[in-house]
Amino acid sequence: MSSAAPTRYETPSAISFLGYAAAILIIVWSFDGAGWSVDKLVSSPPLLADFISRAWPPSTDSLERLSWKMVETLQIALAGTVLGVVLSLPIALLAARGLIAGPIVNTITRVVLGFFRAVPDIAWALVFVVAVGLGPFAGMLAIMIDTIGFCGRFFADDMESVDKGPAEALTATGATKLDTVACATVPGAMPAFISTSLYALEKAVRSSTILGLVGAGGIGIELKVGFDLFDYPTAMTVILMIAVVVILVEQVGVWARRKIIGEQR
Amino acid sequence: MPLDTEVGADTAPAIDVSVRGLAKSYTAGSRVFSDVSFDVARGEAVSLVGANGTGKSTLLRCCIGLIDADEGTISVLGTDAGTARGRDLRAMRARTGMVAQKHNLVPRLSVLSNVIHGLLGLRRGPRYWSHTFAPTEAREAAMAALGKVGLADFALRRSDRLSGGQSQRVAIARALVSQPRLLIADEPCASLDPAAGEEVMEVFFNLVREEGVTVIFTSHHIDHALRYGDRVLGLAHGRLALNEPVAALSSDSLRGLYE
Repeated sequence: MSSAAPTRYETPSAISFLGYAAAILIIVWSFDGAGWSVDKLVSSPPLLADFISRAWPPSTDSLERLSWKMVETLQIALAGTVLGVVLSLPIALLAARGLIAGPIVNTITRVVLGFFRAVPDIAWALVFVVAVGLGPFAGMLAIMIDTIGFCGRFFADDMESVDKGPAEALTATGATKLDTVACATVPGAMPAFISTSLYALEKAVRSSTILGLVGAGGIGIELKVGFDLFDYPTAMTVILMIAVVVILVEQVGVWARRKIIGEQR
Repeated sequence: MPLDTEVGADTAPAIDVSVRGLAKSYTAGSRVFSDVSFDVARGEAVSLVGANGTGKSTLLRCCIGLIDADEGTISVLGTDAGTARGRDLRAMRARTGMVAQKHNLVPRLSVLSNVIHGLLGLRRGPRYWSHTFAPTEAREAAMAALGKVGLADFALRRSDRLSGGQSQRVAIARALVSQPRLLIADEPCASLDPAAGEEVMEVFFNLVREEGVTVIFTSHHIDHALRYGDRVLGLAHGRLALNEPVAALSSDSLRGLYE
């Protein structure tokens, strides 16, 4: 004997119904707050077309200068990421639960890392411009802090989820905690570390292209100057260069991840 | 040749492991075992048998202080495994070796580095983290241990590129490299196919007998308990139900433990 098919729609309880209604209201309210305007939407295509017609073709006059600015951008990203990844390791050891530090240190470290992540990179760049002056060094420091916030947290999570067997085997031989972590936990988490670091580098390249907007070095400043001086062809060149470089770096990241980690299994 | 002959029959043999009144439960009310008491003499090979869930692994892990028992005492090589902490506990563990059901090698490090890690109880610090920086004497000790399990040619092979049986032999080398006085083996062949399992048991017990090491091991194979052990401890219904020399036992009497 077969059972009757269930009803197609379950009647929501009063509380879930109120929840759905509230969610819809909040979404509508958000569109309102975001200045939703059909008039502006309708009038925008001609303005956009006007911008494109004035920006096209992209300027090639200052391609060499822009290229060097792009190189500087990548240098900021790479240097900031490397420094951030290196500093993330010891910090992640403090953040990982049940590894070296106790729960109080774990929580404090994770809160600090959360703060690093919560403040946007462009805000860190503003802070470091005040601290060390205009230029790429401020940008590099901003990328470094951003990377620590990201890698510190994920390195810690990676180490927590590593197979505990090897660490237990070393504990059973009488190894100290530090030796056990260095010999079993860190090597076990290494593929995850590499993957996370490559992702951090991709993220850093994306960030570093706009840090110039606040004077923290890199190609972003050229974008700002291009718009400020109504030099739209140059601005268009910068936008296209950023797009191409970010896509290339992402592809290199995918390739490197497969090359380094994928060969295992 | 049974190991206990070298200790002498009429003089009281030295006791390496002494367990008294041991009890352990994981959740309140559900006892794994209670009132377990036994001694293991120097050089003796004792097998621990019992059905799944009778606490064989728990008992072994209590012996090296990986988990604490609820009641009772365990003295291992003169150290109280239940109360020792820090340096004392590490010193005791440095003189014991453990081989588990899983080989538990660090996957992306070389075989040689993995074996050198077995010395971390005696030596410490970054030089022993990798075979590249390890002192010559450590490298030589590790190569000697690898030679004993017949894998000297695999020293630089990455440990995740080994077969199951090879991995377990490397784990044995890691346990032996610090020349422990007591070895604890928790189903060393359970994750291997029968042929590889037999080979691992042979290698393990040949070395154990050569070096006169005291052994406590568990196995699900009754014939392993009878062939490799001098004495059999049987856990059943939360008690130590059996503590007899192998000579007094048959495979039928052991099978009764599993009922």
